[in-house]
Amino acid sequence: MRRRLGDRLLFGYVWLVMLWLFLPIAVMIVFGFNDTQSKSNVSWQGFTLKWWGRLGDYPELLDAVYNSISIALIATLITTVLGTLLGLALGRHRFRGQGATNLVMFAAISSPELVMGASLLSLFVSAGVQTGYRTIVIAHVLFSVSFVAVTVRARVVGLDPSVEEAARDLGASSWVTFWRITFPMILPGVVAGALLAFALSIDDFVITQFTSGATVTFPLWIYGAVRIGIPPQVNIVGTCIFAVGVLIAVVNSVTARRRATA
Amino acid sequence: MSNIQAGTGAVAAVPDLSPVPAIELDGVVKEYLARGETVQAVKGVSLGVAAGEFFSLLGPSGCGKTTTMRMIAGFEDPTRGVVRLHGRDVTDVPPNKRDVNMVFQSYALFPHMSVWENVAFGLRRKKVQDAEIRRRVGAMLEIVDLTGREKRRPREMSGGQQQRVALARALVNEPRALLLDEPLGALDLKLRQAMQLELKRIQREVGITFVYVTHDQGEALTMSDRIAVMNDGLVEQLAAPREIYERPATAFVAGFIGTSNLLSGTVERVVDGTAVLPLAGYGRILAADAACEAGATITVTVRPEKITISTEEPTGDVSAVRGTVSEVVYLGTSNSYAVGLPDGAEVTVYQQNAHDSSTTAERGDSVWLSWQPHHSYAIGS
Repeated sequence: MRRRLGDRLLFGYVWLVMLWLFLPIAVMIVFGFNDTQSKSNVSWQGFTLKWWGRLGDYPELLDAVYNSISIALIATLITTVLGTLLGLALGRHRFRGQGATNLVMFAAISSPELVMGASLLSLFVSAGVQTGYRTIVIAHVLFSVSFVAVTVRARVVGLDPSVEEAARDLGASSWVTFWRITFPMILPGVVAGALLAFALSIDDFVITQFTSGATVTFPLWIYGAVRIGIPPQVNIVGTCIFAVGVLIAVVNSVTARRRATA
Repeated sequence: MSNIQAGTGAVAAVPDLSPVPAIELDGVVKEYLARGETVQAVKGVSLGVAAGEFFSLLGPSGCGKTTTMRMIAGFEDPTRGVVRLHGRDVTDVPPNKRDVNMVFQSYALFPHMSVWENVAFGLRRKKVQDAEIRRRVGAMLEIVDLTGREKRRPREMSGGQQQRVALARALVNEPRALLLDEPLGALDLKLRQAMQLELKRIQREVGITFVYVTHDQGEALTMSDRIAVMNDGLVEQLAAPREIYERPATAFVAGFIGTSNLLSGTVERVVDGTAVLPLAGYGRILAADAACEAGATITVTVRPEKITISTEEPTGDVSAVRGTVSEVVYLGTSNSYAVGLPDGAEVTVYQQNAHDSSTTAERGDSVWLSWQPHHSYAIGS
């Protein structure tokens, strides 16, 4: 009896947490279909699909979304390569400066975005680098590389080193061993790190604000639009980004499950 | 595969030592630098393994046996000395270019590949034709009894099956020698015993030189043609199992292989090659072929099962020692007695339960122990 009560409590608690997490997202999605008449999209006026056909009303919004996505893709690519190499080095080898590398990595993860953004701005300005698209990419790589390195390292540390030795023993060169054995084994860590990097990049506001110059990304555009009222198109773009994120998460968990059971 | 010797007939026979050993270690030393200090893991090992031989490196953990094997495989570079495979110096050849393969203690199977792909990995690296790969992988899976499980992933298989995949993956390359690093360590006792026979069968079938690293003396005695007993970075004795067991060269070997009693005394006289060591007031030890002179103090080993326990004083030219039973343990097929000698030494005696379950002596009884002179084996210190 007591046990069933506990089960029921747990069940209720799970759904409470789900509701808590999902409610804001649900509001965002629902208000993309709001037939609002005023500039501000905060009270429910009725259902409409018209905003989906009027995405082009704000060309700057679409430019900003394009910037955000392309920056996130480029930054993720660079971050994943660098972070994977860093994670491999930290997980596999003992080298001079390893402690310092770990320290700097965790400093990058834990330092407040404001501090990093402000210091990056002074760095770019004093180095005479024009802030803009490129500096945003540099900044995004900088703050997300540690996350990739940490996830990859966790994977590398868990590997049995004799698996790679076995590959060498069976005649594989170091190059073949890496691509045929090591890389497939750390791939889940690399993918998780890449997803994390993409998610961090696409919605970053604080650091981007400092390093963007004249370039506008999606979060910066929304921030600018707050004063005049956020149009429902923003909800629609947000819904799309969320849908893509859910899709990736589902694909990832399905393939992970398949890898585990196949 | 051309090096099949001894064949299937003489199972326990040591293969003929061909002029060129399959594996040869010449004064091999391995030093590590640990916290600024040089540690010698292997302190100078020289040995030759004959083609087709089942050769074991036996010793406690930390004795250097695994390091020795890893130097043969090429995963460790010797600090000094030379490693030769079939006469060729391979000391500086990387592992992927050595014609030996290894079975790892953890099996080290590729988790993201099927059984088939695991076994085919080595052949693919050598750019063997697809048809040939299919033939050889299929044949090898048959030998290790895994036909029909080609598509499985390693984690879907039992420990014993994974073990056989690891074996097949190495053997399919027809290496000059197969190195096995405690391959049965992770299996339970029943399976381990079954796999011991299995390994021996496979080795006979493929005729490849096996070098087997283990700390399990029973395993080494069961399977090997010859055993190198290692301790503290050195080979203490290199001989056939029977010789290792019956005639241990050192006190370490005597103690590590099976149970052994060590007794010392001073040689009073040598009669027809048999040394006589009287023990003050409680008997004498006779040691045949002791190669010593009167006045020398020597240590002899006696295996517990060679000793006869009785309540009456034995007669004839045998070693005879008196003591008091301090412990009797019923072991099922035998009884184990611990007998304390007046000088404080303790002798272990095994007696078969051949006739009935009653014991010859009880705790506290005064008994005589006796054994043949040739069962006392004098050892170096």
